[in-house]
Order: sequence, then C-alpha cells, then structure tokens
Amino acid sequence: MTDTIPKIRIRGLKKAFGPKVVLDGVDLDVMGGTSFVVIGGSGTGKSVLLRCILGLITPDAGSIEIDGVDVTTLSPRQREPYMARIGMLFQNGALFDSLSVWENVTFGLIAAARAGHGPRITRAQARERAGALLEQVGMDPAVGALSPSELSGGMQKRVGLARAIAARPEILFFDEPTTGLDPIMGAVIDGLIVDCVRRLGSTAIAITHDMASAQRIGDQVGMLYEGRMIWQGSPSTLFDSGNPVVDQFTHGRREGPIKVDVRS
Amino acid sequence: MNGILDFIAGLGRAVLDIVRMAGRVALFAAVALSHVVRPPFYWRTLWGTLVEIGYFSLPVVALTALFSGGVIALQSYTGFAQYHAQNAIAGIVILAVTRELGPVLAGLMVAGRVGAAMSAEIGTMRVTDQIDALSTLSTNPIKYLVTPRLVAGTLALPFLVLVADILGVLGGFTVCVMKLDFSASAYITATIASLKVMDVTVGLVKAAIFGFLIALMGCYHGYHSRGGAEGVGAATTAAVVAASILLLTFDYLLTDVFFSQ
Ligand SMILES: Nc1ncnc2c1ncn2[C@@H]1O[C@H](COP(=O)(O)OP(=O)(O)OP(=O)(O)O)[C@@H](O)[C@H]1O
Ligand SMILES: [Mg+2]
Repeated sequence: MTDTIPKIRIRGLKKAFGPKVVLDGVDLDVMGGTSFVVIGGSGTGKSVLLRCILGLITPDAGSIEIDGVDVTTLSPRQREPYMARIGMLFQNGALFDSLSVWENVTFGLIAAARAGHGPRITRAQARERAGALLEQVGMDPAVGALSPSELSGGMQKRVGLARAIAARPEILFFDEPTTGLDPIMGAVIDGLIVDCVRRLGSTAIAITHDMASAQRIGDQVGMLYEGRMIWQGSPSTLFDSGNPVVDQFTHGRREGPIKVDVRS
Repeated sequence: MNGILDFIAGLGRAVLDIVRMAGRVALFAAVALSHVVRPPFYWRTLWGTLVEIGYFSLPVVALTALFSGGVIALQSYTGFAQYHAQNAIAGIVILAVTRELGPVLAGLMVAGRVGAAMSAEIGTMRVTDQIDALSTLSTNPIKYLVTPRLVAGTLALPFLVLVADILGVLGGFTVCVMKLDFSASAYITATIASLKVMDVTVGLVKAAIFGFLIALMGCYHGYHSRGGAEGVGAATTAAVVAASILLLTFDYLLTDVFFSQ
C-alpha cells in the first residue's frame, strides 16, 4: 500500500511573486525511502519549491500531498504535525546566532519535548546528543560550546545538517548541502545524506548545482526550468539525457536553449 | 484642478495605507497575545528582555529624568519669580514629571534603545532564514520571538518610569536647593503636598501601554523586514519612528481620557 502512494506528490504547483512567475505548474512524485535531486539554474525557484512544501510560502495553485493528504488545504495548526516530520537544511545554514552550536543542534528536540510531542530530554542529555550528532557530520564535539559566528561557512553548513537530522525526520530537505565545502567534505556530506535515507528510511529532496553530488545522492534527478519540471530520469543518464536543456546545463555550455542574461 | 484631484487621491491612498497597516499590526498583536495563555512560554527571552529594558536602560533614563526635572524647575522659576510664587515650583515639577515627562521620556529612550535592537535582531533572523528555520523545528516563531518581548515591554517600562519619576523630582530639588537657594525642607514638604497617587498611577498605566507599543513596533517591523542588511536597517528606522509617533499619539489620547474632566 505505502509503495503505491508517493510520500510526496505535487501537482500543478504555481507561485508568482507579483508579475514574476517562479513556479508554473510543477509536478513531482517522490516515493518513500528514496531521494530526489532537483537541479536547475540560479533563481529558477528550487528553494521556493521546498518552501512551498514546508508551508513557509503559500502557493497560488496546485496540490501538495504528503502521505496522500493535501497539506495545502489544512489550517496552520493541522499542518504542524506534517511540518514536524520534515527536517530542513537551509541554503545558508540559518543557524540561530544567539545560541551556541550545541543548542542549535538540539533545538528541535528540546522544542518538541516542550510542546509535548517528543520524548523528554534534559539539557545534559541534549548536550550529549549534540556531541554525537556533531561527530556524525565529521566535527569535534568540542565545537558545541562555540557560537555559530565563530565557525567557517562549511562548518556552519555541517552544523545545519546535524540540526536537520537530529530528530530523525521522515522527510529531509537539503538546499545545496555541499555548496561551499571542499570536495572531500562534500563527498562526506553526500555519504551522510545517503546514509540517512538508507538507514533511517527517510525520504529526501536535495537541491544541488554539483553534478557529481547529484549522482551520489539521487535515486532520481529532475530539472526545474522556466517554472516546470522539464525532465526526470536516473542520475546515470544525467550527462546523456537527450534533452537539450538538461545537456546544456549539466555540461555547463554557454551555447544552447538556455539564454543566460548576464546583466540581470 | 487636476493637481487638486491628484492631491486628494494621494491623501486618500495614504489614509487607506495607514488603515490597512493598522489592521495588520492589530492582527499581529492579537496573534502574539493569544500565545500568552498557550504553553510553552519562553521565560528565558522574557527575562532577557526585562533585564534589557528595566536594568540596562537605567543609566540613560536616569540622566534624562534628572536633567529634565532640573530644566522644569529652572524654566518655571524664570516664569514665576516675579510673582513670588516660588512654592508652586515643587508642585509643577512633580506634576510634570509624574504625569508626562517620566513616561514620555523613558518611553522615547527605550524606543531608541530597545525597540531598535528588537527590530534589528528579529529582522536579521528574518533575512537569514532563521525565522523559517524555527518553524521547521517545532517552534512557532511568533510565540518564541514576539510574545515574550511584548510581555516584557509591558512589565518593564512602568518600573523604569517609577525610577524616572523619583529622579526627575530629585533633579528639580537639586536645582532649586543648590542653585536657587530654596529651603530643602520647604521644597520636600511642598512636593509631598502636591504628590497625587492618581498622577503616578496614570503615569504607570501610560508606561505599560508605551512599553507594549514599543515592543510591538520593534517586533512587527523586524518580523516583516525583507531584503538583506539594507532591509533590516529600514525596518529598524521604521520601528523607532513608528514607536515614537504612536507613543506621543497615545500619550495625548490617554491624557484626554484621564485628566480632561
Ligand atoms: N519571498 C520572496 N519574495 C519575492 N520574490 C522571491 C521570494 N522568494 C524568492 N523569490 C524570487 O523567486 C525566484 C526563485 O528564487 P529561489 O530562491 O527559489 O531560486 P533558486 O532556484 O533556489 O536559486 P539558487 O540556486 O540561486 O538558490 C528568484 O527570482 C527570487 O527573486
Ligand atoms: Mg536556492
């Protein structure tokens, strides 16, 4: 039964900001326990797509089903349990700079316990959990005592990742998880994402500009272009998709159907 | 002719904008206040804001109150001296300080200090996606960021105004005794005689309302800021300007309600 209903199912999703149409009828199916990679040029609405699913942006039209329930029709209160099942790594980390690193990592755990829909956790336990999570993302647990502003960009991203996976969410969103990391750390993070999907059985949507990363993470890849998902396929066919837009993008050619306006 | 029509149309649009804005602010405040009675409550933020307003604003407010009390004494002396009405000065100082100067000056100082800081902090959180991150981590951003600050503003400003009242009277006393050679005991007797509980109470009620408005403006403008560092700067300016104007408007309205029988 669960195999036939996609974990996430999007139909005809539209969003415009004023006259600017960003999403223009996006369709997407992500099956449970698989990971979907979204590629696409800068400003094509990849982050907006994730924000719509999270309920941070209200779409103009279309449906977003999670486990078969259209969340766009729910009230904010009814939607909360669905939000709680999604972990998100934001594009720029979005760490809370008034809190220490370890408080950031366990913020969701402590908040869920306070709100009464998560197991109780003391501050000492939380701190220990934070150490383990930091180790998982390849960081020294001692970093937990620092403030986010004392970390490099790549380290902030890893802390953001630790925070996203802390509550072992059923669904994980990664907005450019490896941008700004060196190639080795990038591969480590990719491995970690794959691990989360395999071991926790999570469903993931990842946005990336890095084709090697897309091939490592994705069970499926889709390209967002001019507001639609114009192509979907297996990551192995990424460089040989038969779609001129995708080919131009993955090979980074300047000539092709995608018009690059360098002035805007 | 066209010019006049354009002007009227512009005026109408401005009025509509203000009404629409007021509606949005009222809704924002109502949502934030509805969280007061729904757990969890974020005591840490409440305490931090209380300390920021009630303790760290003390030096600024103390100095402002001292000098303003002194100025009132000096000014009324130059006005009254020729009529030999020196005894009235103590009464004027305490009336002006408890009814008006205490709440208004403390309010304006806190708007500049704390209102601006709130707006900058929340605005930065908005433009760096931290507010969105809160919602993905089982935390309602309005409950977490706004509710405790509104409560803290409402509670802390009356305390600050009480301090300002005392120091304002002290300022007047110092000027009268040291510079104008009044008798200290006569001044104190006159002050106590003209001290009205009603004046102080109304001043404190005003302060609570001002504190709420300052925190509301700081949170509202910060929460809705957009467009990077520049947007945060604009939000901060808007928060301070709006809080100051609202404060003086409400000061007039409250004075009208309480004192103009
Ligand atoms: N809150 C908003 N208000 C107005 N416009 C917005 C908003 N959020 C996004 N946009 C616009 O939507 C478009 C898509 O933005 P988005 O952040 O989704 O791009 P992206 O595909 O994630 O790009 P990148 O790869 O550079 O992160 C952009 O042109 C952006 O200006
Ligand atoms: Mg993006």
